[in-house]
Amino acid sequence: MTKRSTWALPYAIFLVLFVALPLILIILYAFQDGSGNFTFGNFTKFFTDTDAIETFALSLEVAIENTALCILLGYPAAWILANKNLNRSAVTIVLFIMPMWINALMRTLATAELFHMLGVQLGKGTLLVGMVYDYLPFMIYPIYNILNRMDKSYAEAAQDLGATPWQVFWKVQVPLSMPGVVSGIMMVFMPTVSTFAISEFLTNNKIKLFGTIIQENINSSMWNYGAALSLVMLIIIGITSLLQDNKKDVSGGIV
Amino acid sequence: MKRFFAQCYIWILLIVLYAPIVFIAVFSFTESKVLGNWTGFSTKLYSNLFTGNMQGTGSLMHAIENTVIIALIAATVSTILGTIAAIGIHNMRGRAKQAIAFMNNIPMLNPDIITGVSLFLLFVFLHISQGYVTVVLAHITFCTPYVVLSVLPKLTQMNPNIYEAALDLGATPFQALKKVLIPMLKPGMISGFILAFTMSLDDFAVTFFTRGTIGLDTLSTYIYTDARKGGLTPELRPMITIMFLGILLLLIVINMRKIRNTNNAVK
Amino acid sequence: MKENIIELNNITKHFGDKCILDNVSLSVKKGEFVTILGPSGCGKTTLLRILAGFGSADSGEVVINGENITDVPPHQRPVNTVFQRYALFPHLDVYENIAFGLKLQKVPVDEIDTRVRKVLKMVSMTDYEDRDVESLSGGQQQRVAIARAIVNQPKVLLLDEPLAALDLKMRKDMQIELKEMHRKLGITFIYVTHDQEEALTLSDTIVVMNEGKIQQIGTPTDIYNEPQNSFVADFIGESNILNGRMVKDRLVEFAGHEFECVDEGFGENVDVDVVVRPEDIYIMNKTEGAQFTAKVKTCIFKGVHYEMLVDTDTRHELMIQDYNAFEPDTEVGLIIRPADIQVMKKERICNTFEAEIISEDRVKFMDEEFECKPQTTFAPGQKVKAEVKFNKVELIDHPEDGMLAGTVYFLLYKGDHYHLTILTDDGYHIWVDTNDIWDKGDLVGINIAPKDIKIIKCDD
Repeated sequence: MTKRSTWALPYAIFLVLFVALPLILIILYAFQDGSGNFTFGNFTKFFTDTDAIETFALSLEVAIENTALCILLGYPAAWILANKNLNRSAVTIVLFIMPMWINALMRTLATAELFHMLGVQLGKGTLLVGMVYDYLPFMIYPIYNILNRMDKSYAEAAQDLGATPWQVFWKVQVPLSMPGVVSGIMMVFMPTVSTFAISEFLTNNKIKLFGTIIQENINSSMWNYGAALSLVMLIIIGITSLLQDNKKDVSGGIV
Repeated sequence: MKRFFAQCYIWILLIVLYAPIVFIAVFSFTESKVLGNWTGFSTKLYSNLFTGNMQGTGSLMHAIENTVIIALIAATVSTILGTIAAIGIHNMRGRAKQAIAFMNNIPMLNPDIITGVSLFLLFVFLHISQGYVTVVLAHITFCTPYVVLSVLPKLTQMNPNIYEAALDLGATPFQALKKVLIPMLKPGMISGFILAFTMSLDDFAVTFFTRGTIGLDTLSTYIYTDARKGGLTPELRPMITIMFLGILLLLIVINMRKIRNTNNAVK
Repeated sequence: MKENIIELNNITKHFGDKCILDNVSLSVKKGEFVTILGPSGCGKTTLLRILAGFGSADSGEVVINGENITDVPPHQRPVNTVFQRYALFPHLDVYENIAFGLKLQKVPVDEIDTRVRKVLKMVSMTDYEDRDVESLSGGQQQRVAIARAIVNQPKVLLLDEPLAALDLKMRKDMQIELKEMHRKLGITFIYVTHDQEEALTLSDTIVVMNEGKIQQIGTPTDIYNEPQNSFVADFIGESNILNGRMVKDRLVEFAGHEFECVDEGFGENVDVDVVVRPEDIYIMNKTEGAQFTAKVKTCIFKGVHYEMLVDTDTRHELMIQDYNAFEPDTEVGLIIRPADIQVMKKERICNTFEAEIISEDRVKFMDEEFECKPQTTFAPGQKVKAEVKFNKVELIDHPEDGMLAGTVYFLLYKGDHYHLTILTDDGYHIWVDTNDIWDKGDLVGINIAPKDIKIIKCDD
């Protein structure tokens, strides 16, 4: 080890203080009652509260549906953008990336206003459409990135071995672009399953998602129950991130 | 033919995607309280926005000011902290390196709400009163990992003997850092800074949980509270329009430069 | 006489303004091991890609096995390719990579299995079928890439610099294995490389390419012993290339002396290029028997032989390889036998440009107006030819100070001067003789003095 490795020390301390300790605190608070005694009560409360369980299920459902819609709409778009024969303009690529740079609340609010103006009844439908609006670019970008960087010789090798263009697509390019799809899922599923402001805007507070419950509990000083709910969400996130192979990061830079 | 359908798909998607913002932009030039009700062309909303002369919501300008200042402080501190950390991590081996790389990933993988709640609990636990300082600290927490990840690749690409060469030619470690290392890491630091800055600008959830009760508002929390009060304050329409155009301009400039650079490289 | 399996007829290909392949025609016999050899950018990979179907030619046709396949997509062509960086599918393991083509052809599962195992054995990778391709070494990936191609029993195997990514030792081993594989399979191999040694070792036939044109086709011995032009002579092996003059049949003059040779039919007093391989010059202590004398400048031991640079009595520099060492400053005698002198027709004896008269003392060629000697023979606007001698082109360090800017594209040492090919920024070639030392890739400015531009009438 050279001496320069010690340069990481301040950041290591920072990480322990602001990343590790807070997460430990979530666990600690989740297993405590209001007066600091150890308890499973927060979890029994959650699992016996049908409303909370239903909200939880709805959140998962909406997140999965949103992710699926984003893949369905986004993969073809990313494919077209990355294909030099189908799209040569850099402008369209910039236009697809740009929403990622704009404040999500602003975009959501704009979408909600548009629904309002068109006289659409706010509810689950608008929630899904609005979320696709918000998160589609986050699906397109990583898939576009991996397709764009994919070595052309893979497709050529497949053709050389007798694959028709359709077979090249399904047997080589789709499997090879999976890491991009996984990144996209991470970038879409995680925020949708945990959002609260977006769902509140898009349904005019009619539909509550899991994030909203956490927010309400924390804001009304029910810290222990809020922490327990956060822990449940952390576990969901943990399971989702197992999807991703850390060795092959493809998300790349954002610009 | 294939190309035609492909282009149709792309443009339909774009039109649908941009419809809300376009409507907001159009109706930023009328005074009407509700969207869709055109009451004649006017730039009053723009002048209201700039003079801060709004119906009872004079704090929007203040929220924007807070947002920018917090983003600047958070991005600057993150860039310094993250660059130093990246140099350290690059020179580490084995378990320690893996551990710190893992911890560095957590804030990026965690949803904002978890980061927000966990930091909220931290400040409660440590009895730190929440406000400006806690928001800035929280922003540094989720911004720094992006700086580290922007700078690290520049270090791996770098010839490992470069730093030694500087020392060999008589530079002190500090001079080698300043005259050789930092200039080479600059592109990574700049993209890290930009990333951190925009992450901070965009943040809502973390700010929401760590701002305390002193009435500190950033643009995001302002919009949130405002929207919960019912509907979009008309002055937000020019605001959204201006930001949209600003970012469009920025991206065009960046991409034009990129394209020009690659063209030059080809020549 | 075996039939031709591949025929490329008049293939031309441009990328933008740049001509990559210039009317290339080539026929390959069944079962041959043909190497396409040339420096990078000579068009060899483009030619291979046109053969495989990954690129289309602007004009010309590709015939394989008597069938015109110019417009046939790659997946229907009876050829398989081993790619430069292998292009193994990272999402499939070794077995699945090799079985990929067979599965697409819907070959029965047990037949796939037998065939995959057979080729695995052939490339000595039997125990690796379940391995992740990215965990393999370069050499192993190479073997899998070859196995994946030959398992489909193609009529022609195309290899695009397959050994370029391997280290020297591995490369030598793989060369022997490839040669052996070619013998066993009996199919045609088209092999692209820039490594002349590889080409000489492996091939039945070598096709030397440069600047989109075929320079020479022949067996390795033909190419080495009888290069047809100075490019081939310089590219293959070490050589002394000198300006010479054919005095009459079987008598050539170079380096200030007259030598007997075996070449005839060039005519009398014709300028030629002469190639003498360094191992073909006999070096001895100065005695009466020598044809000419020289003084040793440097002497380096090269493992088997010594390599010496000598200055001849007529101030020409020659490279000599011999098993005996002669110390620097030794006076030596040299002999070159008639059969070892290779006489080549000169491709050109001066620069000739298509030009247009602008005014009495101005002429335009290479998109640039030059001042020339005042003349009244030709009227403004008339199409003429401008000639500039090789040694009358002046090269200067700073491109911006010259009338034209260009890059040193190719250089040849001719014993007492350098012969350079300059590529101007507008894509024209100028050939220059100079005593100054330039390197390939140097940016130069080009000037031509008015008195050195000779204007002649167009032939037509």
